[in-house]
Amino acid sequence: MTFDEHAIGRDLDTRVRRLLATHDPAHTEPHKFLEARFDTGLAWVQFPEGHGGLGVPQSFQEQVNAALTAAGAPEPAVAKNGIGFGMAAPTIAAFGTEEQKRKFLRPLYIGEHIYCQLFSEPGAGSDLASLATRAVRDGDDWIVNGQKVWTSGAQNAQMAILVARTDPNVPKHAGLTYFLCDMTDPGVEVRPLRQITGEAEFNEVFLTDVRVPDANRLGAEGQGWHVALTTLNNERVAIGSGVPSAMIDKVVAAWRAQPELRNPAMLDELVRLWVESEATRLTGERLRQQFASGQPGPEGAAMKLALARLTQAISGLEMQLHGEGGLRYDDWTLRRPEIVDFIGRGPGYRYLRAKGNSIEGGTSEILRNVIAERVLGLPPEHRVDKDIAWKDLPR
Amino acid sequence: MSTANLLYTDTEDALRDTVRRLFADRCKFRAVVTHYDAEADFTGVWKTLAVELGLAGLLVPESLGGAGASTREAAVVMEEIGRAVAPVPFLSSAVLATVALLKTGETQALRSLAGGSTTGALTIPLSKPPGAYAATVRVGASGLTGRVSSVADANTADVLVVPVVGPDGLELHTVARAAAGMKVTPALSLDMTRPIADVEFSAVASTRVDNGAAEDAVAEALLCGAVLLASEQVGVAQWCLETTLGYVKRRKQFGRAVGSFQALKHRLADLWLEVSSAGATARYAADTYARGDAETPIAAAVAQAYCSDVAVHAAEECIQQHGGIGMTWEYPAHLYLKRAKSDQLALGTAYHHRARLAELIDLPTSP
Repeated sequence: MTFDEHAIGRDLDTRVRRLLATHDPAHTEPHKFLEARFDTGLAWVQFPEGHGGLGVPQSFQEQVNAALTAAGAPEPAVAKNGIGFGMAAPTIAAFGTEEQKRKFLRPLYIGEHIYCQLFSEPGAGSDLASLATRAVRDGDDWIVNGQKVWTSGAQNAQMAILVARTDPNVPKHAGLTYFLCDMTDPGVEVRPLRQITGEAEFNEVFLTDVRVPDANRLGAEGQGWHVALTTLNNERVAIGSGVPSAMIDKVVAAWRAQPELRNPAMLDELVRLWVESEATRLTGERLRQQFASGQPGPEGAAMKLALARLTQAISGLEMQLHGEGGLRYDDWTLRRPEIVDFIGRGPGYRYLRAKGNSIEGGTSEILRNVIAERVLGLPPEHRVDKDIAWKDLPR
Repeated sequence: MSTANLLYTDTEDALRDTVRRLFADRCKFRAVVTHYDAEADFTGVWKTLAVELGLAGLLVPESLGGAGASTREAAVVMEEIGRAVAPVPFLSSAVLATVALLKTGETQALRSLAGGSTTGALTIPLSKPPGAYAATVRVGASGLTGRVSSVADANTADVLVVPVVGPDGLELHTVARAAAGMKVTPALSLDMTRPIADVEFSAVASTRVDNGAAEDAVAEALLCGAVLLASEQVGVAQWCLETTLGYVKRRKQFGRAVGSFQALKHRLADLWLEVSSAGATARYAADTYARGDAETPIAAAVAQAYCSDVAVHAAEECIQQHGGIGMTWEYPAHLYLKRAKSDQLALGTAYHHRARLAELIDLPTSP
């Protein structure tokens, strides 16, 4: 550690102590504590001063989190507001104006604004940039019309990150703009979309004459694709590298506890997946050490690729390990969960839900393109639609 | 666990540059490949590496004439040896023989190995995994008698470090390769850049050096070898991946670079992920061993179980994605496949390491 790093560490310690002294966690309402934490710059230490941070490297966040957790301080709702914390916050920090940062980061942090993501559409999945939801300028506002899909948590969200087409007369990537959309607008209709597991994590979202102030535009008009890439890179990092380890631990626990399930041929497969989970955990750890500060790059795509392959392989093995038990399922009720709980549910749930891991947040096939082209520098796919105005594309 | 540093320090990067330059200059493919047709002499490169750069004694404390470094630095050297398939006895002499002697407290032969004036070979089949070793050489009134097959670099070693069955259990002896009664027969090796030889002892005079710690010494040497072999495998895999990427970007068929086809690029994306993960497990093992962490046997088994198959996969993709060129003697890819496949068998296969892991992490086999 350098002299500067020691000084930063000491300053953070002082701030943590002062925060705890003035806001005793035992006697402070959680949201009041989080407000105070935000205001003293301990929410996201890498963010600018006045916006929940102190402008110091992100690697210092761990020290703050550890100290506050040890003191029993209220935690921000990171799991419940995964889109907010994992995607909206870093994108607002990177592209927001001073005014936007002031207006949106604090409510996000204290749990007042839960976010969802209005990106994918029925006609725009892997080819996200071809999306058709239109935003038309009307004075100081934009009028938005269209349909979004695969929107997790839309029923609980106050805000959304939204990508819409503002110019159909230019090629698809150039005509997009990024907005922060108020989900309580009367033109927003949310319908649950039931999935393979029985629950409805996702929704369809219909946008009919939804009014979004131009003040909620993130980045310039037409810059939406560039802004969205920041969000997507963060999404891929947000999908954690610790999940396979937690899943394999379930299988390992069953193997130890239930000798009657053991099968010598299965043991090698189990250890193979244990090794791969450990390799993935270490790869994620090394990625974090490499990118201790700054925005994640396309390397995050690799973690997501590994995660999908592993969760599917592990849960597939887990079903076979349980044999007769694998014939049963724990709950087909239509529920609308706030978070994905891989570990709290049964093996059948894990097996079915894991199928989505190679589809959500970029299919594994698209992620291989991302790695091949943006990390390895291989020639891009032939893109016949690249120079054609969006309105002239076959649909 | 979270204290592991999975990156490289500036000093380690500088060490890498030095070793890479040396191999680029003195271990060119055209020279290395001659090993397969005639006995080639790479003593000069080894002397530069061992003596001038002082790397033979990397794992030896300064008080014993070494550099006082750790497996973190040795791992960097191993990565570069893998990248160049360098025909140098670093693993056999500076790791396996050296660590075994270090653990016994022997100093005379050790100083000489650390200084690079002699090379040593731990006289165990290269395929032997970490764990208990049943020696095949016996000590009697007339000296050592017995046979050990497939010993790496035994034909060029000056000193053999020999696990021996004694009256009270395992012993460790040193023997001059040129001693009376010794017969070292070079084998035709799959990987001629790390040649193996069969060693026969017929009433050979030896020096017992174990100070009662023979079993620990052999176990420690094999564990350290397994940790570091993973880094060599990462080096092999990196070369294969980078070389393949270069080729598929240049090679055109159907009017476009073959690397633009998803049939190839998706496999390369997967391979890149594997090679990155292999790098993380190898670095973790090297760091864990360097810190003397009790998790080392697990970290070593994970690294070996993972990296040995990744190196083979990378070499196989390298051959396949080069098409016919990959099958030729004139192109270096075959050297890497031979090293990768030999490395997969060296110090235990991935199957062995997984079986060992099942014990280490408490996954019982029987119902």
